[in-house]
Amino acid sequence: MLTYIIRRLMLVPFLLFGVTILIFGMLQFLDPVERASLYVRGDPKANQIDAAITKYCLDCPIHIQYFNWLIGHVDSTTGVREGGILFGDFGWSKTGSQPVADLIARRFPNTLDLTLWAVGPVILVGIWLGVQAAVHHNGIIDQAARVFSIVGTSFPSFVFGLLMLMFFYANLGWFPPGRLTDDFNRVVGSDQFIRYTTLLTIDSLLNGRIDIFLDALRHMVMPILTLSYISWATFLRVTRSSMLETLRQEYVTTARAKGLSEHDVIHKHAKPNAMLPVVTLAGFTVVGLMGGVIITETVFDYPGIGSAAAQASAQLDVITVLGFALFNGLILIVANLVVDILYAMVDPRVRLS
Amino acid sequence: MTQVTTPSGNNELLGAAVAMRKISRLERFLGPENYRIVQGLFKTPASISGFTLIFFFILIAIAAPVLAPPVNPNDPYKIPRDGFKSQPREMGAEWTKNPPEIPFWYKAVTGNDEWVHLFGTAQGQYDIYYGVIWGTRTAFKTGLIVVLSTLLLGVLVGAVSAYYGGLIDNILMRIVDVLMVLPSLMATLILAAVLTPVIGRSTLPVMISLIVFGWMGYARIIRGDILSVKERDYVLAARVIGNKDSRILFRHIIPNAVFPTLVLASLAIGDVVLSFAALSFLGIGVDVGYADWGQVLAFARNWITSLDTYWFIIVWPGIALVLYVMGFNLLGDALRDVLDPRMRGKV
Repeated sequence: MLTYIIRRLMLVPFLLFGVTILIFGMLQFLDPVERASLYVRGDPKANQIDAAITKYCLDCPIHIQYFNWLIGHVDSTTGVREGGILFGDFGWSKTGSQPVADLIARRFPNTLDLTLWAVGPVILVGIWLGVQAAVHHNGIIDQAARVFSIVGTSFPSFVFGLLMLMFFYANLGWFPPGRLTDDFNRVVGSDQFIRYTTLLTIDSLLNGRIDIFLDALRHMVMPILTLSYISWATFLRVTRSSMLETLRQEYVTTARAKGLSEHDVIHKHAKPNAMLPVVTLAGFTVVGLMGGVIITETVFDYPGIGSAAAQASAQLDVITVLGFALFNGLILIVANLVVDILYAMVDPRVRLS
Repeated sequence: MTQVTTPSGNNELLGAAVAMRKISRLERFLGPENYRIVQGLFKTPASISGFTLIFFFILIAIAAPVLAPPVNPNDPYKIPRDGFKSQPREMGAEWTKNPPEIPFWYKAVTGNDEWVHLFGTAQGQYDIYYGVIWGTRTAFKTGLIVVLSTLLLGVLVGAVSAYYGGLIDNILMRIVDVLMVLPSLMATLILAAVLTPVIGRSTLPVMISLIVFGWMGYARIIRGDILSVKERDYVLAARVIGNKDSRILFRHIIPNAVFPTLVLASLAIGDVVLSFAALSFLGIGVDVGYADWGQVLAFARNWITSLDTYWFIIVWPGIALVLYVMGFNLLGDALRDVLDPRMRGKV
């Protein structure tokens, strides 16, 4: 186990290096003047840009630039560090009129909140559907599930989302897009509302505002339904095939032969083993949700990091977009590591191979 | 030496069994394994309906100039506008300004002398019908170009990686790892945003991004297949008679390993078109008013509160996109069953 973890850990610095090189490479499509806005705060004044170019050596050889980009520049007199993505300074976002890191810090809790509430419906229901399809192999549920999984993979989330908006918002007026009703937005912005965790649903409960909590949930219903819908097809397919495979194993026959009830055979004997590939899928799904779901957040105007990245790139604000990509890359590398290690703990075959 | 030893038992039956299996020319050309894949693709109702859908869209793409005549034949991918008002107009609204030529089938089918907005107009009076019809061509164009390029790149990298092995293999596969860290939509999104100011708004930035972040899957698959093919005796024989590396790789190894990758790639057109439409929907890549399904769908984003009235903005391009992708997915599903080793011998 230890060797597996060490081997897996050794991959991390390499991936980090690769991703920074990738993003730095994309940055090279900008000329030095544009790259200077990595460091110039707000609207650039007369010679600020030229000053930044000399200070950060933006026309130097590429490896020096890369190094400067990573660690920034320490002012020799004041000792203040400026720039340097390793220290969390991703530059200035023109479209957001604030540092990219602040923009991420403000948007990320919303994405996390959505992830928190979407995990249950997305994963648990998806798995349940897959188990049902496998247990009733070739039955009505299985056929319906098969059709659903083909339709689900062909029906893109933005078309589905727009249709949801058409029914539940334009026609019925049940679930609005956005994050909160305007009145509550004012309450949340005021001083009385204490941000304990920055997650809106949890904070509203801690502040004793059930009405805000319910309103926040109401705004998340459509994104959660859309996310569920797009992930169910995958969960269904993986769970179903893994479950079918397991049900064919001899130990399941043994369990049946010794007279266990069908419920025990399926849920106590077959399901735990069939869940192994599903566990990885679930892990990656959660990671994907945390990285921001670009299309779903955009369609429903949900202020998470996915929609922020989409807005920035639609307005060609490259510095902001690359900041988001870097952040996303960091989350993914760390989270994938966690998923892999957890998986190796659950399934000994992985770490021994 | 020439004497053939016959198995004991009922030779007549054995002879009959052998004679029954005729080998068609196609099978001889493709080889038994690949022939089985092709055969499987034409068997199930799902794959046949997939083929039907794709065929239907090919017809629309070919007939686009007849179905929706362009106002400006030099720039047919620009959706014609009927004025500049922002309020969308309903289906069947009359075309007031600068209508395109009326095609020959139009009067016979509708009995109408005037060209109308068959699917209504979107914000800015863009004709939705035109966008849906010419969007089919955009879909095939982008899908084919991206798939062919990713395939070429993937096969090349995968083949070199598997054939030479060692350090080269290690380096190439680590590059693959790095490129796969970011989710594909995020990756294409940022690269397209970086490239758009450099090459301008067109289909190019998104296509290039889809290619750059799209080939890794093929490289991995072909690498695995080549690793097994390169151990075969005929490769050794080719080497023994003194062939160059490049000749062995391109004449002997790749042709024998490429077929499953080839089929998989051709079915990935659906996914590529979906990604392209998604980026277009987000406002990345092509200009406003380019005939592309995602672009037409994006027009609905400013009219979300009144989508009950303007449902046609999302329904028509939505149906086109869904059916197009479903055609390829139905085929892909059939293919997965055929390629699954556990299914071998059951088709």
